[in-house]
Amino acid sequence: MRKVYIGPYNCISPLGHRLEDTWNAVVEGKSGIALQEPIGEIPNTYAAIIATDELDSYFTAQLQDIKLSAPFSFTKLEKLMISALLPIVRNLDITTETELIISTTKGNIAQCDGKDKDGAAASLPALAQRIADLFGFKRSPIVISNACVSGLQAISTAKRLIQIDYCKDAVIVAADLVSEFVLSGFRSFQALSDGICRPYDEDRKGLNLGEAAAALYISNQPIPGQKQQFYVAGEASINDANHISGPSRTGEGLKCSIERALAEAATLPEAVDFICAHGTATVYNDEMEAIALHRTKLADKPINSLKGYFGHTLGTAGLIETIVSLESLRNNILLPSLGYQKQGTSLPLAVITEKIHKPLSRCLKTASGFAGTNTAILFEKEIL
Amino acid sequence: MERKYHISKHCRIDHHGVLYNGRPLSAEISTEFSIFSKAFYYSLGTTYPKFFKMDNLSKLAWLGAELLLKEELSKNIAIVLSNRSSSYDTDLKHIHTISNTEQYYPSPAIFVYTLPNVCIGEIAIRHHLQTENIFFVSEQFDSQLTVNYCNYLLNSNRAEKVLCGWVEYLEENYKLVLYLVEKTGNLAHDLNVVRQLML
Amino acid sequence: MEELKSELKAKIIEALNLEEIAVEDIENDAPLFGDGLGLDSIDALELTVLLDKDYGIKVTDPKVGKTIFQSIDTLAHYISENRTK
Repeated sequence: MRKVYIGPYNCISPLGHRLEDTWNAVVEGKSGIALQEPIGEIPNTYAAIIATDELDSYFTAQLQDIKLSAPFSFTKLEKLMISALLPIVRNLDITTETELIISTTKGNIAQCDGKDKDGAAASLPALAQRIADLFGFKRSPIVISNACVSGLQAISTAKRLIQIDYCKDAVIVAADLVSEFVLSGFRSFQALSDGICRPYDEDRKGLNLGEAAAALYISNQPIPGQKQQFYVAGEASINDANHISGPSRTGEGLKCSIERALAEAATLPEAVDFICAHGTATVYNDEMEAIALHRTKLADKPINSLKGYFGHTLGTAGLIETIVSLESLRNNILLPSLGYQKQGTSLPLAVITEKIHKPLSRCLKTASGFAGTNTAILFEKEIL
Repeated sequence: MERKYHISKHCRIDHHGVLYNGRPLSAEISTEFSIFSKAFYYSLGTTYPKFFKMDNLSKLAWLGAELLLKEELSKNIAIVLSNRSSSYDTDLKHIHTISNTEQYYPSPAIFVYTLPNVCIGEIAIRHHLQTENIFFVSEQFDSQLTVNYCNYLLNSNRAEKVLCGWVEYLEENYKLVLYLVEKTGNLAHDLNVVRQLML
Repeated sequence: MEELKSELKAKIIEALNLEEIAVEDIENDAPLFGDGLGLDSIDALELTVLLDKDYGIKVTDPKVGKTIFQSIDTLAHYISENRTK
């Protein structure tokens, strides 16, 4: 099967409007999570939220840069998607063989008050078509909504479609917002932490929600002029078939996903340099991951969760965490798992507690979510 | 290596009733989904109390999958589903629980279904399918994408069979078309056949 | 107390969509979770909402939930002592 290369990527998060701002903040150990003013009926919650006024001025400045044929009225979610996409798409030759793949769990649901019975405002296909038309994509966009693995699965889907010549290249964009819709739901699940989340820690008390957007270009060609190339070496997405919300007690789906990703890459667990796992900081998710990583002989590999920086960004999580992990590979820096102090899973993990400079070639990225979904992708760096 | 695949079984559920491999099944026709779905569930003879806890989208998907997979022995069946309205029918129910500040009781049992792919989870749990799965959302069924994605799963030996289709539910408007793709079967697995099934 | 118990059974059947179970089927001292009614983690969360909505009781500690959701007896006892509506 042909190699599928990862091209330029970008993200917008509470830590910065551009990739380099977010990366620099992460390297400095900053978290985007903060105590928020009440959101609807949700009081004093910790979440990672992008300030609307700052986003608006950044967005307006960016728009002056390009010619837009579409109307200038965008929701916050659309502004995030467009901001993430602009640097990627600006110099891209979009052909009839370029796919647009959109990852989101809830799209524009924050715009709905329940009176709009036909769902026009919340329609994911309509949202996708607006974005596609705005940038002049020539094919119908693909929308993936597969819970919290969507962002990561968007990459594996693009890789598969490129490998079978369904398309030559693809632009992936992911976004989700922190809305009263999701906050009230996760709160009813008693899944929200009353402080900044602490993945894998003994005192973890749940997750924080976050909002962010990320965009990534992926192609059947290496990126011209780049000495370091990244490609998708192997991937898989296997369901737990266990429970629609509770993580598997055996980690079976994640274990199978990791095993198949490594098998496709013809790579042994020893060759993995680090793992960027899902690590939501709920008791059961982190425990499930620890079990799956032991079963796949990866427990001694340096591991982080980036949820302490961004919160759980739902449909964006897999994509933005991949992008930061690719920057780790590029810069040969292992990032600490923010919020971790003491082993909190029944089986130990080699959680990264401080920034480490070291040569890195392979990153295993995983995600897991509602409906028993799991995705694992092995990314490799190649020096040309 | 490119191989040829076939559609071994297919079914359709909508306001006109239930078709299994193109033949109508005697099911209680009702304009109300709650009445129809319950009657049809009992007609299938499977005891599965969790059915009654599902949202409408999952009930619809579960019923279709039950028709096609009840007698299946293979557990190596991937699931590739799509629809237009995502989980909006249940999203509205969740919004309803948080729209009145005096009666503000969001329900975990509703919220968990505010993701379209939970219906895949329900099918996977019922039939013990620890397999590849994905949910796409599009205005119309994307035959091209689904056929190619399905062929990839089979060609790369990621699954022995693939359950594909469309499962749409919004405010009493519903349509399900599911088909099972594998090495043998009466129908060719190609774009024209799939488009015919979806009509 | 007996009235509260049958009221609770009816409410649980409705809230948790226990389609094939009648009030008479639920024994006062039978376990609600595990082998009993086969309830799961989402049902436990839903019972927490029911306590809040109908009896004005807020249960935020899952450990507390575990002890009071053992059976209709334990649940009725906890409600009668802690209800605010």
